[in-house]
Amino acid sequence: MMAARTLFEKIWQRHVIVSRGADEALLAVDSHFVAEGSFHAFGALAKDGRRVRKPRQVFGSPDHFVPTLGREQGLAGMGDAESRGLIEYLAHNAREYGFDHFGIDDARQGILHVIGPELGISQPGLMITCGDSHTSTHGAVGAFALGIGASQNKQVLATQCLWQKRPKTMRIGVEGALGPCVTAKDVILAIIAKIGVSGAVGHVIEYAGGVLRAMTMEERMTVCNMSIEAGARSGMVAPDDTTFAYLHGRPYAPQGGHWEEALAYWRTLPSDAGAKFDREVTLDASALEPMVTWGTLPEHAIAVTGSVPDPACASSADERAQWDEAIRYIGLAPGTPLAGIEIDRVFIGSCTNGRIEDLRAAAAVLRGGKAAIRAWVSPGSTTVKRQAEAEGLDRVFREAGCEWRAAGCSSCVAMNGDGVGAGERCASTSNRNFEGRQGKGSRTHLMSPAMAAAAALTGRITDVRKLAS
Amino acid sequence: MNPFTKLTAVAAPLELDNVDTDKLIPNRFFRKARGNGLQRYLLHDIRFDAGGNERPDFVLNQEPYRKAQILVSGANFGCGSSREAAVYVVLDYGIRTVIAPSFGDIYFGNMLQNGMLPVVLAAENCAALRAQLRANPGAQITVDLEAQSVTGPDGTAYRFEIDAGPRGRLLQGLDDVGLVLQHLPEIEAFEARYRSEYPWRA
Ligand code: SF4
Repeated sequence: MMAARTLFEKIWQRHVIVSRGADEALLAVDSHFVAEGSFHAFGALAKDGRRVRKPRQVFGSPDHFVPTLGREQGLAGMGDAESRGLIEYLAHNAREYGFDHFGIDDARQGILHVIGPELGISQPGLMITCGDSHTSTHGAVGAFALGIGASQNKQVLATQCLWQKRPKTMRIGVEGALGPCVTAKDVILAIIAKIGVSGAVGHVIEYAGGVLRAMTMEERMTVCNMSIEAGARSGMVAPDDTTFAYLHGRPYAPQGGHWEEALAYWRTLPSDAGAKFDREVTLDASALEPMVTWGTLPEHAIAVTGSVPDPACASSADERAQWDEAIRYIGLAPGTPLAGIEIDRVFIGSCTNGRIEDLRAAAAVLRGGKAAIRAWVSPGSTTVKRQAEAEGLDRVFREAGCEWRAAGCSSCVAMNGDGVGAGERCASTSNRNFEGRQGKGSRTHLMSPAMAAAAALTGRITDVRKLAS
Repeated sequence: MNPFTKLTAVAAPLELDNVDTDKLIPNRFFRKARGNGLQRYLLHDIRFDAGGNERPDFVLNQEPYRKAQILVSGANFGCGSSREAAVYVVLDYGIRTVIAPSFGDIYFGNMLQNGMLPVVLAAENCAALRAQLRANPGAQITVDLEAQSVTGPDGTAYRFEIDAGPRGRLLQGLDDVGLVLQHLPEIEAFEARYRSEYPWRA
């Protein structure tokens, strides 16, 4: 009898071509995603005189540098020649090597981590790679999805294989019932706050427990998305009927008779009873409240009812120095209650919270109200944008005074110019609150879409639960 | 990839600790491609003033050091982000090896991936080498990967350690793509089996 195995072990073993030493293996990559930021990998490939080995398993779309205004003009609407050049270079490589490419004016364009699952390219049991650290998002469907560097990106393009050191496994069980207005974003922020930004280094996380089982696919994606913010190599959730219903009928999902074959295999993937993890962590979700970050690391997340901590209470000298620096940068005095802090800008979008359910949640808060400050919404993909428009959400946002932008990474990283000004404070649904992340000198407070919408209405960090009553 | 066996070349002393990836190539040049003068951005904000003019006091702006193919640096060279442009910019400048007391973890790996040799020597040995290079501008250092030794301008030889795996790959000039493709028969057999077991992936 085979030993009990985890979901991760099943996927890993399935993809080992050859082993090197005790814990390194050459793995077969099923699907590889490329964006315009992959230009170094393509440049190196061409310089070496190599070609894309398996173009049918490569998928591209521009996301980081696409403008969110004037998109109806496509490439012609791009004033910045350098960014346009990167986007053209991706399109050129797609033609040159013959891989599927959802270009700047394609109805399927979007952030790679949004469109992978949305198009059904990301499926249970697959090994997925992409030259971006938030690739773990795709793990929500029950895949091993890995962010890689430029040399590895080239390696995958040239070989469709990747040398990897086998990570350790960590199970994070989330039990209990979520309170009102407590979302997947709050769950993952609470997990990161609990284990820290290097709490899962060297591990693949399997998120499990009743709360994960009850989540929709999009909520699971929000959770898996931020695995890297806890230092994890990747994150995943076992596939179940929710996964299968989500994937059924999507353009790249198995069709016809293949669907039943795939389903039979996918059902064998969840971790076996008694499978051993290297580490286990549990979180009681019933105690959770809406979370907000106060500092410059994702682990600086606390309940909205809390206050900016006092560095004197830090657990070590290093942490104290880090808190001092974070407090200086973010410009808030220790002891300041989070609720009530004035905000300059709101950003709703990104691969963490730019999906249709996120936009619905934000619109539900904003409906009939008026934003007190500049707020903008950038859907995670053009498909999400169309869907939102079909549901009339764009009208809700516009009537509330929000800007309805086109799809891309936008202010999550501000590479396309959608920056937050120096010293400005932004309530953001993205995943990183590092110094300068949203623009030089920008100050970021991470939160859920409903909380960001509440901040838009009041111009302050606001407990959305109070707004509702 | 060009094999790395033995290099005798002009070396430049970099009197800095913690040369992070953002110093090696500032963020705003992230979109610059290689093969188009990327080397111009190496240590840009240290090499050039706000007006884009060379700072004459910086070592790489001084005549004999301009041709350096070896850098001898302070500790923690290449700390910071995983961005490989920070390796490309050094390599494209013409530098093939960096000698330092320590390196950023990811940077160390990225150098090896790109056929560069990171050499770790004790801090006092690095300091001694830098002092000689300052005293004799244009002096040469020999880095011998086969023998795992660095020979300074005064003839003193220092041994350095490197794992057998990366050493072998550098000596043969094999990058990871080359290494993977050595296994092509196993890869193709794997793929054929995979397609038959998972026909919906065929
Ligand atoms: S939305 Fe942000 S985190 Fe996601 S891929 Fe784009 S830049 Fe990265």
